[in-house]
Amino acid sequence: MYAVEAVGLKKSFGATEALRGVDLTVEPATVLGLLGPNGAGKTTTVRILTTLLKADAGRATVDGVDVASDPRGVRSRIGLTGQYAAVDERLTGFESLEHVGRLFHLRTKDARARASELLERFDLTDAADRVVKGYSGGMRRRLDIAMSLVSRPAVLFLDEPTTGLDPRSRLGMWDLIEELVAEGTTTLLTTQYLDEAERLADDIVVIDHGEVIAKGTADELKGQIGGDRLEVTVARPDELDRTAELLHDRCAVSGAERVDREARTVTIAVSDTHKLVPGVVRLLDDADIEVVDVVIRRPTLDDVFLQLTGRAAEVDDAEEEVA
Amino acid sequence: MTAATTQITTSTTPARTREVPRGPVWMWRDTWTEAMRHLRAVPRNPDLLIFATIQPIMFVLLFNYVFGGSIQVPGYTSYTQYLIPGVFAQTVLFGSAFTGIGVAEDMQKGIIDRLRSLPMYQPSVLIGRTVSDLCRNIFTFAVMFAVGYLIGFRIEGTVLAAIGATLLLLFFSYAFSWIQALIGLSVKSVEAANSAGFIWMFPLTFVSSAFVSTANMPTWLQTFADWNPFTKLTNAARALYNGTPPGADLWYAIAWAVGITIVFSFLASRKYQRGAGR
Repeated sequence: MYAVEAVGLKKSFGATEALRGVDLTVEPATVLGLLGPNGAGKTTTVRILTTLLKADAGRATVDGVDVASDPRGVRSRIGLTGQYAAVDERLTGFESLEHVGRLFHLRTKDARARASELLERFDLTDAADRVVKGYSGGMRRRLDIAMSLVSRPAVLFLDEPTTGLDPRSRLGMWDLIEELVAEGTTTLLTTQYLDEAERLADDIVVIDHGEVIAKGTADELKGQIGGDRLEVTVARPDELDRTAELLHDRCAVSGAERVDREARTVTIAVSDTHKLVPGVVRLLDDADIEVVDVVIRRPTLDDVFLQLTGRAAEVDDAEEEVA
Repeated sequence: MTAATTQITTSTTPARTREVPRGPVWMWRDTWTEAMRHLRAVPRNPDLLIFATIQPIMFVLLFNYVFGGSIQVPGYTSYTQYLIPGVFAQTVLFGSAFTGIGVAEDMQKGIIDRLRSLPMYQPSVLIGRTVSDLCRNIFTFAVMFAVGYLIGFRIEGTVLAAIGATLLLLFFSYAFSWIQALIGLSVKSVEAANSAGFIWMFPLTFVSSAFVSTANMPTWLQTFADWNPFTKLTNAARALYNGTPPGADLWYAIAWAVGITIVFSFLASRKYQRGAGR
């Protein structure tokens, strides 16, 4: 049995089709990364799976329970951490956790014990009796995630867990999620950061404009677009096109080369990397092109996204997430 | 991050009972849990409490001393006896705006989303909120009553009638909390809830018999004022405090309060269930 299974989910908001038939599955004790730019339909998918929103069509089960016919059954099995830390600023950290425990109908004694346990686990014991208003962003996030773990959920949903965090808190959050995963928490996380999905997820579903455009492990996705990437940085922007042309003739395997004018780089897929770098340097040198840097690297999910959608994940139409 | 001292998740454990308890006991417990979330925060926000106290005191004193000398109302020798029930009514009604602001804040911060993802009795989120605001209003009322007493307001009728008048006022404020809850769920921000919650209450409370007799208003305004549910409430409460028969105004006032509660609790709950404002 899948921990999460969604088949043909559709959802429209007025004339906007947020989801156009999304299928996905999450194996127990694994992490699924739902990857896509803003407005792709990630949050809408999570909201349907966590019973906050009803799908127009399709069906979904969480831990074997149907989200449409038994929403309360689903709610007793999940933990949800939304895009923004959903914490009541007026309560203390301890009270926040105790409050959630009570609403999961734990006995008072158990709700309190669980609260203390989680505070310790998330390094918040010292702040336990302080009002959340005085917490830092990272502390709020940790408390937020702790609140979604009160009931030991069968599936944890993390909607963009690191959005809005500074780089240091982001790394801390990654460590934290990795620890939870190591403990066997089945997790569905959404992200618009490619490195985040790559690092945390066992399987990745790429979603764009309400449709799944690719799925598989990070390695499988990379396999779809061939081998390594050769990245050449040149000194003068006006030589980029000529560089691209030369590289294309020399080593293109599939697809086009990509020119980033701002960074003055040309990126191209290559198959055989044997003696490639010296060859390329010589080639460009003979053509009187001043080379700043030549690198061979593994393709990133950024490359995957570009290949699949024809545009980079970051360069988005700035379409608002509809739900 | 320290190493895990305890197993935090048990998704590897075989199927465990995840039965959701149902029934009236749990409905009540969930509602109380939610109400306590708001009530335990009250003493931590003394600013809010102070303003919630100063405003009614200010209203009582301003109206009584600034206008009191110039305003004559038929049938009352003392303006204070006429005015104070009106100020009571206006203040408890204004107090209901806190419901909308609180709900909007919970929405904006995603707290409503979190609560909606819990296996709790869902209506208790709004019931707990309105009940906690009712408790706050009881406090506000007590302060106003004390100030009113100090400046000479007296219960002229029976104590029972005065208690009835007080319950009627509080019931009205509770009914209006549901209107505010719907507003709070419908607007996009706390600031919008603040304006949208207050703005319509000014004409509602001023174009009424709360502060002056409606007899001196222009005819078209008088028609509105006489049919205004707030006029019915004020007239009924004033009569009960002053020991005169409230007549049909009492039944109108009760009917309005019951009607508003039923209609707006239904509308607000529906809005809540449908995902509120989105």
